[in-house]
Amino acid sequence: MPARGQRYLTDGFNVDTISTDVAIIGAGGAGLRAAIALAKTDPALRIALISKVYPMRSHTCAAEGGAAGVIKPDDSFDLHFDDTVGGGDWLSDQDCVEYFIHEAPKELQQLEHWGCPWNREADGSVAVRPFGGMKKKRTWFAADKSGFHILHTLFQTSLRFPSITRYDEYYALDLLVDDGRCQGVTAMEMRSGQLRQFHAKAVIIAGGGAGRMFPFSTNGAIKTGDGMAMAYRAGAPLKDMEFIQYHPTGLPNTGSLLTEACRGEGGIMVNKHGRRYLQDYGMGPETPVGQPQLKTMELGPRDRVSQAYWHELQKGNTVTTKWGECVLLDMRHLGEKKINERLPLVRELASSFLGIDIVKDPVPIRPVVHYMMGGISTNTTAATPLPGLFAAGECACVSLNGANRLGSNSLVELLVFGRRAALSAIEHIQGLPAANAAALNARAEETQLRIRELFSRTDGTESLYGLRKEMMDTMEKNVGIYRTEEGLQEGVSKIHELRQRYRRVILTDRTNVFNTDLFQVLELGSMLDCAEAVTVGALARKESRGSHQRLDYTERDDRNFLRHTMVHHQGLDVPRVDYLDVVITKSPPGVRDYSGDHK
Amino acid sequence: MTQMKQRQVQLEVLRYNPDTDTEAHFQRYEVSCNEEGVVLDALNKVKETVDPTLNYRWSCHMAVCGSCGMMINGEPKLSCHTFLRDYEGVIRVEPLAHFPIERDLVTAPDDFMEKLKRVKPYLIPKKKKPISEGEYKQTPAQLMKFRQYSMCINCMLCYAACPEYGLTPKFIGPAALTLAHRYNIDSRDGGRKERQEVVATAEGVWDCTFVGACSEVCPAHVDPASALQQMKITSSIDWIVEHLIPGGKSARDTVSREDAGDIS
Amino acid sequence: MSRRPLVREVPPTTWYFRQPRYMRYMSREITSIFVGAYCMFLVVGLQRLAAGPSAWEGFLQALTSPASIVFQFLALVAAVYHAATWFNATQKAMPVQIGEDFVPGNVISGAHYVAWAVLSVVILHLAGVF
Repeated sequence: MPARGQRYLTDGFNVDTISTDVAIIGAGGAGLRAAIALAKTDPALRIALISKVYPMRSHTCAAEGGAAGVIKPDDSFDLHFDDTVGGGDWLSDQDCVEYFIHEAPKELQQLEHWGCPWNREADGSVAVRPFGGMKKKRTWFAADKSGFHILHTLFQTSLRFPSITRYDEYYALDLLVDDGRCQGVTAMEMRSGQLRQFHAKAVIIAGGGAGRMFPFSTNGAIKTGDGMAMAYRAGAPLKDMEFIQYHPTGLPNTGSLLTEACRGEGGIMVNKHGRRYLQDYGMGPETPVGQPQLKTMELGPRDRVSQAYWHELQKGNTVTTKWGECVLLDMRHLGEKKINERLPLVRELASSFLGIDIVKDPVPIRPVVHYMMGGISTNTTAATPLPGLFAAGECACVSLNGANRLGSNSLVELLVFGRRAALSAIEHIQGLPAANAAALNARAEETQLRIRELFSRTDGTESLYGLRKEMMDTMEKNVGIYRTEEGLQEGVSKIHELRQRYRRVILTDRTNVFNTDLFQVLELGSMLDCAEAVTVGALARKESRGSHQRLDYTERDDRNFLRHTMVHHQGLDVPRVDYLDVVITKSPPGVRDYSGDHK
Repeated sequence: MTQMKQRQVQLEVLRYNPDTDTEAHFQRYEVSCNEEGVVLDALNKVKETVDPTLNYRWSCHMAVCGSCGMMINGEPKLSCHTFLRDYEGVIRVEPLAHFPIERDLVTAPDDFMEKLKRVKPYLIPKKKKPISEGEYKQTPAQLMKFRQYSMCINCMLCYAACPEYGLTPKFIGPAALTLAHRYNIDSRDGGRKERQEVVATAEGVWDCTFVGACSEVCPAHVDPASALQQMKITSSIDWIVEHLIPGGKSARDTVSREDAGDIS
Repeated sequence: MSRRPLVREVPPTTWYFRQPRYMRYMSREITSIFVGAYCMFLVVGLQRLAAGPSAWEGFLQALTSPASIVFQFLALVAAVYHAATWFNATQKAMPVQIGEDFVPGNVISGAHYVAWAVLSVVILHLAGVF
C-alpha cells in the first residue's frame, strides 16, 4: 500500500482546534432543535453543529406517522400522561412525562409557525390522527412523511441563524473530558481525513439510536450508536438499554417501515386463516373493519402487537412467503382516495419493494427492530451525570418512553428535549472556569493515537464484515422479542468476545479522503459497546416489562425491577450494572389494559 | 420458506481516490445479488465481499434521506430505488454529474448547500403572532397548493440532470428555486419580496430554459420544472405591474415582519 | 491536504448528444428558427403587398417555387411540433387547482389543443376554404 495516505503514522500532534461555546453532535431533529434554541436564546453564542451526514440525511427523515401533542378540546394532558406512562409499562419517569406533555403542543405549534406542512381540518386548524396506545386522537401529521417534514422544516429554519456553524460530514470520535466535566469533542473531517478538536463549554449529543446492531431493522445505515458509545466511554452511564422496540409492521424483505398510521387509519392485521389474531392476545374484542377504536385491537401498543406475531409464529398461523413468515396488513377497505391522501409513501414502498398494491391486496409484514427506548442517562433537564454533557433524542434515555415507547411520542421528544438540552447548556456555561487547553490537547492526542494505531495495525486478523455479521446474528438470536436466561448468557459472552476480537480488526483502506472503511470500523466499535450494554442489561432484568419479554420470567416484577438499569463502561471488561429508581409522582404501577372493555 | 432468487450482477463503477489517482477510471465488479434487490444492495455486496475501499453514501434505503444519488447508466437515480430487475448486462455507476468528485461515488454538494441557503427556504410570516395564539389557519386546499413542492429530499438528482446547471454553474438550480416557490405560495408566508431579489434574476429562474429534465428524474415527484415556470410567470407579472402600470405595486411589495414571539 | 476534488467539465457544444431528452430539448429549440424564419417570410409578403400589385403578384409567384414549398412544409412541421411542446408545457406553467385537487395536466393541455383546433377552423372558414 502506498504511504501517501498515512498521515497518522507520522509523528507529532496533528489536530486542528476549533473553539466554540456549544458543540452539538448530530444534526437530526434533536440536534437542529437544540441549535435553533441556542441561537434564538443567545445570538452571541457560537454554535458548532457537527454531524457525520448532511442534516437532511439524518434518520429523523424516515419517521412517518406523526407527533403527539394535546390540542383538541376532547383531549387532556392527563390522558396523554396516562397513555405514555401505561404504554411505557410504568418505567417512565413521571416528572419527565409531565414536563413533556405540557411542552409538546407548544413545540408542535412552533413547528407550525416555522412552516411545517401539517395536515389540516376543513376549518384550517391542524388535523390529528389516531395512533397505537393513545386514547385520543392527538397525533399531528404531515401525510406519512411527518419526520421528513419536521426535519426539513428544522433544517431550513436553522439556515436563518448565522451563529450556527455547521460541520457537515464530520465523524465525532471522543468527548474531551477534563476537570470532571465535558469540554469538547474530537472529530474527523470525512472529506479530508483531518482530525479536529472542538473546545466547547458544553456538548449536546443528539446522535440517534443504534438499531443497526440488528440485522433486520427500519434504521438507516447511519444509526450506529456513535453518540451513545461516545458518552458511555467518557463515563456517562447508559440507561435501560435492554428495551428495544420492534415495530409490528415492517416490510419482510428490506425492513422498511410501514407506518403505524396504516393501522391508525383503519388497516387490519390478519393471520393465514384471515383471523384478526390480536383479539387472542388481550386486545379484543374484534372491532368492526374500517372503524378503528383507540387503544384496542390494531391500535394496541407496539410491544404487544409485535409479541402477538411471535405467538402466531409459534402456533403456525403465519403466512409463508418468499420473504419468510409473515402476517398480513390489509388496507384495501380504506379505498384508493384515502390511501393516496394519507398513506402515499406506504403505497409506494409496498409497490416498489414487494410489487404489491395496497389498494388491491394485503401486504405481508413482520416485526422489525425500530427504536431504542434506552440511551444515555439524562434527567428532565436533558443533563447527563457528566457535567457539561447533555443529550436528547433517541440517543438519550430521559425516561419518557419507559419500557415501550408509544408511536408519535419520539418526534416530539426530539423537539422538547432538544430545546431543553439547549437551555440547560446555556445555564451550565455561565461562569465556568477557563479551560485547560493543554489538558484538552492531551485528550485529543489520545484520539489521534487511537486512529493512528488503527492505521498502523499490522497484526489484524478480524474482518469488519465478519465481526459485524456475528454481532447482528447474536443480537437477533439472543435479544429478540422474547428472551431467555440461556440465550442472554450466550449473548453477553458472545458480544464480550466480539469486543475483544474487535481490537484486531483490519482496516483495509488506509487512505485519507472519505474513507468509509474507516468509518464503518469505528461505527462497529460503537455498536459493540451499545450491544454489550443491551445484553448485560437484558440478562440482569429478570422480569417481563414492555418490550423486554422473558420466557423464564413472564411477569412484571415491580418489587425488584421498578427501576432503571444503569450500565457503566469498564474498558474492555464486562460493564458494571446498577440501578436507579423510577420517579413516580401520581400514577402507581397498574395494569396495561388494551382490551375493548377498558374505560 | 422459498428462497429469494439470486442473480449475477455486473457493475462498472467509476473510481477516483485523490490519494492515489490523478484521473478517474472504471472498475468492473461481479457479485451475486437477490434479484429483487436494488443497485445499492449490489454496491453493498461489493463493499462487503469484494472491495472494502469502494466509497459511496447511503442511509435510509427508502428513498427519503436523499444520500445515495448517483448516475446509473447515465441517468441520475437514487441507487436505493433503482431495481436490478430493470437492468440487463453491465450496469454503469458513476457519481452524480455536475458536482466535483471527492472520491469514488462521493461528490461535494457544497454549491447546492450554499444556493439553498441563499433562497431563504424558510417561512417568513405574513403576520407574526405568538405561539400562545395557536396555529396559523391553513385550509386543506391552501396546503395542497404547495405540498408537492415541500416534498424535495435535496438529493440533487435534478442538478445532475439539468444541462443548464452543468453549463452555467452560477444557476441557482431546480431544487433550491423550487423550495423558494414552496414558501412563496404558502398561505402563511409573506417573504416573496425578499426571495425575489435572489430568484427573479438571470442566475435564478431566468436561467432556466425549460429542458424539463429535473422533473423527469425527480424521485419525489416534486416537479421543479413546474415550479420554475410558475415563478417565471409571477416574475413577469411583477415586472409588468411595476413598469407598465402607472403607480402599480406588485404583490412582491408585501411586507415581512420580524419573528418576535417565538419560543426559543 | 489530500483532498483534491475532481471536476468534470460539461462539453459546451456537444452536451446534448449525451441524452435523448437533451436531444428532444434541442430539437424543440431548433424549431423556433423555422418559426422565426416564417415570420420574416410573412413580413416580406406584407412589404410586397404594400409595394403594389405587381410586387404582390411576384411574391405569390415565388411562393409556388419548389424551394418555397419545401421551406413552408418544413416551417409547418416545425410550428406544429413547437406548438405541441408548448401546449404540453402549459400544464406545468399553469396548474389549475379546484378545491384541494388539481385539474389533471392532460385536461389543461387538451383544452389548448381544442382551442387550437377551433381557431384553426374559424381562420380556415374566414379564409374561404369552406
